Amino acid sequence: MVYLDYSATTPVDPRVVAAMTPYFSTSFGNPSSVHRYGQVAEAAVDSARETVASVLHCSPEEIIFTSCGSESDNLAIRGAAYAMREKTGARWILASRAEHPAVVKTLLQLEKYEGFLLEWLDVDEQGRVTPEIVSSAICDSTAIVSVMYANNEIGTINPVKAIAEVCRNHNILLHTDAVQAAAYLPVDVRTLGVDMMSLGAHKFYGPKGVGALYVRKGTPLVSHLTGGGQEFNLRAGTQNVPYIVGFAEALRLTNEERNQRVTHVQPLRDRILGSVLETIPDARLTGPMDARLPHHASFAFKGVDGNLLLTLLDAAGFACSSGSACKTGNPEPSEVMNAIGLSRDWGLGSLRVTLGIQTTAADVDAFLAALPGLVEKARKLK
Amino acid sequence: MTKVVVAMSGGVDSSVAAALLKEQGYDVIGMMLRLWSEPGKEGSNRCCTPDSMGQARRVAAKLDIPFYVIDAKDVFRETVVQYFLDGYARGETPNPCLICNRQIRWTFLLEHALALEADYMATGHYVRIQKGEDGRMNLLRALDRSKDQSYVLYVLNQAKLRRALFPIGDYPKTEIRAIAERFGLPTASRKDSQDLCFLAGEDYRNFLRRNAAELLKPGDILTREGTSVGTHTGLANYTIGQRKGLGIASSVPLYVLGKDSSTNALIVGTREELGSQELVARDINWQSGEAPKEPFRAEVKIRYTAQEAEAWVTPIDADRVQVRFDAPQRDITAGQAAVFFRGDLLIGGGIIL
Repeated sequence: MVYLDYSATTPVDPRVVAAMTPYFSTSFGNPSSVHRYGQVAEAAVDSARETVASVLHCSPEEIIFTSCGSESDNLAIRGAAYAMREKTGARWILASRAEHPAVVKTLLQLEKYEGFLLEWLDVDEQGRVTPEIVSSAICDSTAIVSVMYANNEIGTINPVKAIAEVCRNHNILLHTDAVQAAAYLPVDVRTLGVDMMSLGAHKFYGPKGVGALYVRKGTPLVSHLTGGGQEFNLRAGTQNVPYIVGFAEALRLTNEERNQRVTHVQPLRDRILGSVLETIPDARLTGPMDARLPHHASFAFKGVDGNLLLTLLDAAGFACSSGSACKTGNPEPSEVMNAIGLSRDWGLGSLRVTLGIQTTAADVDAFLAALPGLVEKARKLK
Repeated sequence: MTKVVVAMSGGVDSSVAAALLKEQGYDVIGMMLRLWSEPGKEGSNRCCTPDSMGQARRVAAKLDIPFYVIDAKDVFRETVVQYFLDGYARGETPNPCLICNRQIRWTFLLEHALALEADYMATGHYVRIQKGEDGRMNLLRALDRSKDQSYVLYVLNQAKLRRALFPIGDYPKTEIRAIAERFGLPTASRKDSQDLCFLAGEDYRNFLRRNAAELLKPGDILTREGTSVGTHTGLANYTIGQRKGLGIASSVPLYVLGKDSSTNALIVGTREELGSQELVARDINWQSGEAPKEPFRAEVKIRYTAQEAEAWVTPIDADRVQVRFDAPQRDITAGQAAVFFRGDLLIGGGIIL
C-alpha cells in the first residue's frame, strides 16, 4: 500500500513517541497536584508550552492545549464570540465559504442557538479569501473574523498576513485555522499578526487527540469547557501530559526540519500536478498552482464518482482522499467544491493526493502510472 | 491469489460467506451498495441502514478485509423502483427483488467487482452452484430447503453464474450460526421480512400514494359475470386472493380473483372460484442458456414463499411458456415469478402474465 493522504493524518514520528513514552507510566502525575509527581508532570507541560511558544514566537501564556484542532476552533470562535458580544454587543461573525467543518458547524450553531449573525466571505475560484473582501464585509458590529491559513481540501494558502492587517485596522479579532498549514508553513504569529490560531498535532507527525490554540494576550475569551483552572482557566480538565509533550516535540521537529521536508515533497508533488493534468482528459486542478501547500495536489475529474475512484485506488494499493469522501456511499460535492464554483459533475469527482516525508519517487511513479486507467474505469462504471 | 468480492449486508449470512472464503484462501473484498430511499427517508432503506452498514464494516474489520460502499441510488431508482411502479401501473403485483438481483446485484455490483479485478462475486444466499459434466454451471437449491433462496436467482445466466460463489448454500442455518460464533462474528440475522427495502418498513400502499398517486384510481368491483358489487380504491391497493378490506356486503366471503387494468376493474368471486390450473409466464430465463423444445415435467414455485407444485411446462415461443399444474393453484399473481425446478436443479423461470 502507498499512503498518499498525509493531510488526513500522519504517522507519529518515532522521536515523538520516545519523548511521550515516559509520561504514560513513569512520570504519570497530575500537573495540578502539589507533590513531586505533580511537579514533574507540570514541568513537562510547562516545557512543552515554552517549546510551542518559541516556534510561534509568542509567550507561553498565550498557548492553550486542547484535545484537537477542532476543539481549538471551537474555543476560539465560541469563546471570542461570547466575549465580544458581552464586551461590545457585536454579533456579526465573518468566515470564508471554504472553512473546515469545525469552523462552519460551530458558526451555524452560534447562529441557530445564540442569535449571532453570519456573513460568508466569498472565495475566488482558487479558494482564496482576499483582504479586499474582508475589508468590504467588516463593520463595527463584527465580533470576529475566521479565515483558514491553508485549505484542507484544495491546499490554497490564504493571504492571512494581509487579512490580519485589515482586521487590525478595524480593531476586529482574527482567528485562523492553521491545522493544515502548520505541517509546512511558518506559524510565526508575530509575522502573521493573527489574534488566535488553531493547531492539531497529528497533521505534523504528532499524535491524534491533542491540539493547541494560540490566543494573543488581552484577547477576550470565554471558556467553553468549564471546571478546574487548567490552561489559564480557559480549558478545564486534567492535561493530557504525554500528548502535550508529543505535540511540542512534533512541532519543534517540524519547525526545525521544515526546509528539508518542503524540499522533499514539493518536487514530487509538482510531478503529480504536471503529469495528471497532462495525461488525464477532462481533469482540472482545484486550488492554485503556486500559492498552495507544498505537499498537496488536488484535482477534479469530470463525470467521475470521486468515492468510486477512491475505492478503485485503494484496491489498487493507493490511499487517497476526496472532497466528497464518505463511507456511506452517499456522496455530495463538498462546500469547498461549491464555493470555488465547480458544477456537480466536476465537484463529485474530486481527488486529493497529499504527500509526506515517507513518500518516495517510486510511490509517485506507481501512482501516476495507475491513475489514468482508474479514472477511465470510474468514468465507464458511472 | 483468487480475488472475490462479497456483497455484505452486516447480517450473519453474508458475514459467514466472507469468513468462509477468507478461510479458504481467497483474497476477499467486502462491498455494500447504497440503495435509493425516498427523499427525507435516506438512511431507512432496509438493505443499507446506517446500522447494517456499521455492522458490515465491523465484520470486515474483524476479518481484516477491505470494505467499500458503492453508490447505487440513481441506478436503483431508475431500474428497481421504476419497475415496481410500472408493474402496478399494469395491474400486476411486481417483485422488485428479482429485478434488483438481476440489474443491481448481478450487473451493477458485479461490474464494480470486476473493475476491482475480482475473479468472482459472492453473496450470502442459501443456494448452491455446481459445474455440470457439460461444463455448464448449475444452480442448485440450498441443502437446507427451509432456507433455500434460489427463487430470486433464477434471473442469473451462465455468464453470471461463472462469476458467482455461494459459500453458505452447503450449510444448514444452525451451522451458519455456529461458524459465525467460531469467527467471533455477530450472529443476528436480518429480520426475515417480506417488506421491500425502499418501503422503510411501511405498507407499499403508502409509498404508492406518495409516489404514484395516479395509479390509485377508484373503479368498479365486478364479479366474473360482470355484475358491479362495489367500488375499489385503486387496483394497486389489492392483491390476488385478498379477502379482507374489500368493503362489500355479501352473504358469502368474496376474494380478489383478478385485475383488469384496461377497464380498471377489480374482479372478485367466491372461494370456489379462486385458483387456476394454468399460467403463462414471459421473459423466461433458461439457466442453462438453452430453451427446451419439448414440454417437460417440473416443480414450479409461483412466489417466494409458495410450496412448489408439480406441473407440465410447455415452451410457447422463445420468450414465453405455459405452465399447467396437476392441481389448481391459489393466488397465481401476475408480476410474480414462476420458477421451475427439477429436484434440486433450477431450470429457469419467468414473470407471470
